[in-house]
Amino acid sequence: MKLIKILLVEDNPGDARLTEEALKEGKVCNDLFHVIDGVEALEFLRKEGKFKDAVRPDLILLDLNMPRKDGRETLQEIKADPKLRRIPVVILTTSKAEEDIFRSYDLHANCYITKPVDLPRFFEVVKNIEDFWMSIVKLPSA
Amino acid sequence: MDKKPISILLVEDNPGDIRLTQEAIKEGKLINELFVVNDGVQAMQFLHQAGEYQDAVKPDMILLDINLPRKNGDEVLSEVKEDPDLRRIPVVILTTSKAEEDILRSYDLHANCYVTKPVDMDQFLIIVNSIQEFWVSIVKLPGK
Repeated sequence: MKLIKILLVEDNPGDARLTEEALKEGKVCNDLFHVIDGVEALEFLRKEGKFKDAVRPDLILLDLNMPRKDGRETLQEIKADPKLRRIPVVILTTSKAEEDIFRSYDLHANCYITKPVDLPRFFEVVKNIEDFWMSIVKLPSA
Repeated sequence: MDKKPISILLVEDNPGDIRLTQEAIKEGKLINELFVVNDGVQAMQFLHQAGEYQDAVKPDMILLDINLPRKNGDEVLSEVKEDPDLRRIPVVILTTSKAEEDILRSYDLHANCYVTKPVDMDQFLIIVNSIQEFWVSIVKLPGK
């Protein structure tokens, strides 16, 4: 039974909680790691500081609007790093702005998803992400 | 949710797989438009609206096989993702290969995702439908 490791980069505790709940209910066993901004995300991925024992995630769920280092910069750094670039990054954000969508894809985000405001729909979307990325797609192994 | 049909470019040389993909697209909730080319050279001509494809539309997403005649999927992927006009189009690798090196290389070349074609026909339809559903109903595509 495969265990998928997911890194959630999300500053909003409510959204983080919801995402965690939704993933727990899903079909595929997963381990969720949560960091609250882009600085922590990169430290986690590079196994630095307090994250020196971090695992390499199979998938990253990345918010765009975060303090200290936002998702756009974080995405850019991940996709520019030869050791990290292959990890699929799913942008999961409230932003519907066309420029955010374009820029994310230009920076090689694997896909872009807008968080629904509505709770049940939010759950549904996270489950759909899980279904697709963990059951349909072949993820690059670490 | 108000979703519009999208246009999909299928780059595939196997007639059986083309047929199955066409079936799956037809069965989807939305009737998405499917354009088919059979090798990597045609794929690039289509995307550049060159030669016989001068009236081609720019697709909203690309389903790309790896093993193709004339120019293979890796080369197409590489060219698409390096081209500022094309790089944002999501590319879903859809291939028989389960080889780790193919998976890793595709992601390194910025494939948006990698899906292995099931041998079983019913499963194949389910997979293509799932791809369709996810990329049309859940994902925000970059649009033209």
